[in-house]
Amino acid sequence: MEASTTALQVRGLEKSYDKVHVLRGVDFDVARGSIFALLGSNGAGKTTIVRILTTLLKPDSGTASVGGFDVGSQPARVRESISLTGQFAAVDEILTGRENLIMIARLRHVKHAGQIADDLLGRFGLAEAAGRRVSTYSGGMRRRLDIAMSLIGSPQIIFLDEPTTGLDPEGRIEVWKVIQNLADSGTTVFLTTQYLDEAEKLADRIAILHQGTIIVSGTLANLRKLLPPAKAEYVERQPTLEEIFLAITGSDNSDTKEPR
Amino acid sequence: MSTHFFADTSVMLGRSLRHVTRSMDTIITVTIMPIAFMLLFVYVFGGAIKAGAGHYVNYLMPGILLIAIASGIAYTAFRLFTDLQSGIFERFHSMPIARSSVLWGHVLTSLAANMISVVVIVLVGLLIGFRSSAGVLAWLAVVGILVLFTLTLTWIAVIAGLSAKSADGAGAFAYPIIFLPFISSAFVPTASMPGPVRAFAENQPVTSIVDTIRALFARQPVGHDIWIALAWCAGVLVVAYVLAMMAYRRKIA
Ligand SMILES: Nc1ncnc2c1ncn2[C@@H]1O[C@H](COP(=O)(O)OP(=O)(O)OP(=O)(O)O)[C@@H](O)[C@H]1O
Ligand SMILES: [Mg+2]
Repeated sequence: MEASTTALQVRGLEKSYDKVHVLRGVDFDVARGSIFALLGSNGAGKTTIVRILTTLLKPDSGTASVGGFDVGSQPARVRESISLTGQFAAVDEILTGRENLIMIARLRHVKHAGQIADDLLGRFGLAEAAGRRVSTYSGGMRRRLDIAMSLIGSPQIIFLDEPTTGLDPEGRIEVWKVIQNLADSGTTVFLTTQYLDEAEKLADRIAILHQGTIIVSGTLANLRKLLPPAKAEYVERQPTLEEIFLAITGSDNSDTKEPR
Repeated sequence: MSTHFFADTSVMLGRSLRHVTRSMDTIITVTIMPIAFMLLFVYVFGGAIKAGAGHYVNYLMPGILLIAIASGIAYTAFRLFTDLQSGIFERFHSMPIARSSVLWGHVLTSLAANMISVVVIVLVGLLIGFRSSAGVLAWLAVVGILVLFTLTLTWIAVIAGLSAKSADGAGAFAYPIIFLPFISSAFVPTASMPGPVRAFAENQPVTSIVDTIRALFARQPVGHDIWIALAWCAGVLVVAYVLAMMAYRRKIA
């Protein structure tokens, strides 16, 4: 892939915490303006990858470029290109929803912070709760505010670490729409998720992280080819992503009882 | 990325000050305890303490102010710890801002909050008979020393907030510091103390700071004390700042 069309380029990424060797050589590319979904079981290292790509954590080895800038040598430039919605809502509990948005807008030096805040509050169904302290919000409201905060300043690349965990079906669909709109307007979206239907629905490319490496990646159609068409003789049916996921990760788990 | 330092720091300061004003209970806790000590010592123990001529509250005031500051900084550690826990610290660090503004916002808030409690305590002191003949310069010197003392303790609080494992742990470091004035010249002259205690009291930082402020309030010469006090504060400040930066780097590495 050429640099100009590549939003993220990750090569040989390795990371250990104390004794756990979490990432053992991760490689992938994400094209500009696309939606990329990273799948993996709990503890696979998805959040670790997100933290490395958002300059919060240094890899032990390997390289990663984000928006054309190296995370190791040009972290400030990387931060100008990105925005992060972490796995757990990172909002200020004591401020109101509106104040949270205005704070981020000021830190991003955008004009008309108040108006931007009001627009986002409306878009995310938080207009009524705008003046209430976030400590009184439900989990789903916090999550929506969290995502809204990440949209301020129109970053080129948005990282969403399990953005719909804890949302009700309506909230999930709302977030899916937001993600789709972001991609339509040219933003690159890097998404991790536990919901395989979410990846199936949204992602242009999907990668599965398992035991420290990306074991498969490609479009949903590519991944489907990895499995023989379902054995069903009576009904023709494509394997769902969930089946592919379980087949690939499940078999690995059973025959290599490698302690991580 | 120092281009936005002042703008970013002012956003951080505004945010953190809101935390203070929206939890008035913390300000009240921070000021009530020293005020209670002040009333206790003036009205209960004061009659039995021989601390020279003049109203005992005049003798007491510097130590009470230091106790107030020492208990106030525990909240700085607590607020910083909460930021780390809630993930908002990481959110700020993933943004194109001057990263140091995140800490400076807390440090300046600590300064502002502690100066508010100092003012409240001095006002209560005036009500119960505190008087000072200090001129403008002497008052400025007192404020300067209190600001330096607050900054020093605040950077210690930053170390605690960054390295604590629990919210209680974040504030616990303040207890020994709150206790220091009790083994100093803050409440009774050190001459009345037994040998080893006296040796400790006379050579620990609080005594020199208390004696300096007391002399400034009373319009008396400060002597060497002010240099010892400044050296203590500046020395500990530098060490605390360096350690805080190390704790910070460990956190964001
Ligand atoms: N700060 C840390 N110190 C020690 N070990 C850590 C640390 N952070 C993560 N780990 C370990 O690294 C592994 C990967 O964690 P990570 O959070 O990246 O997984 P994940 O794929 O995001 O999981 P989940 O789906 O549960 O969010 C886990 O085994 C975890 O225990
Ligand atoms: Mg995770």
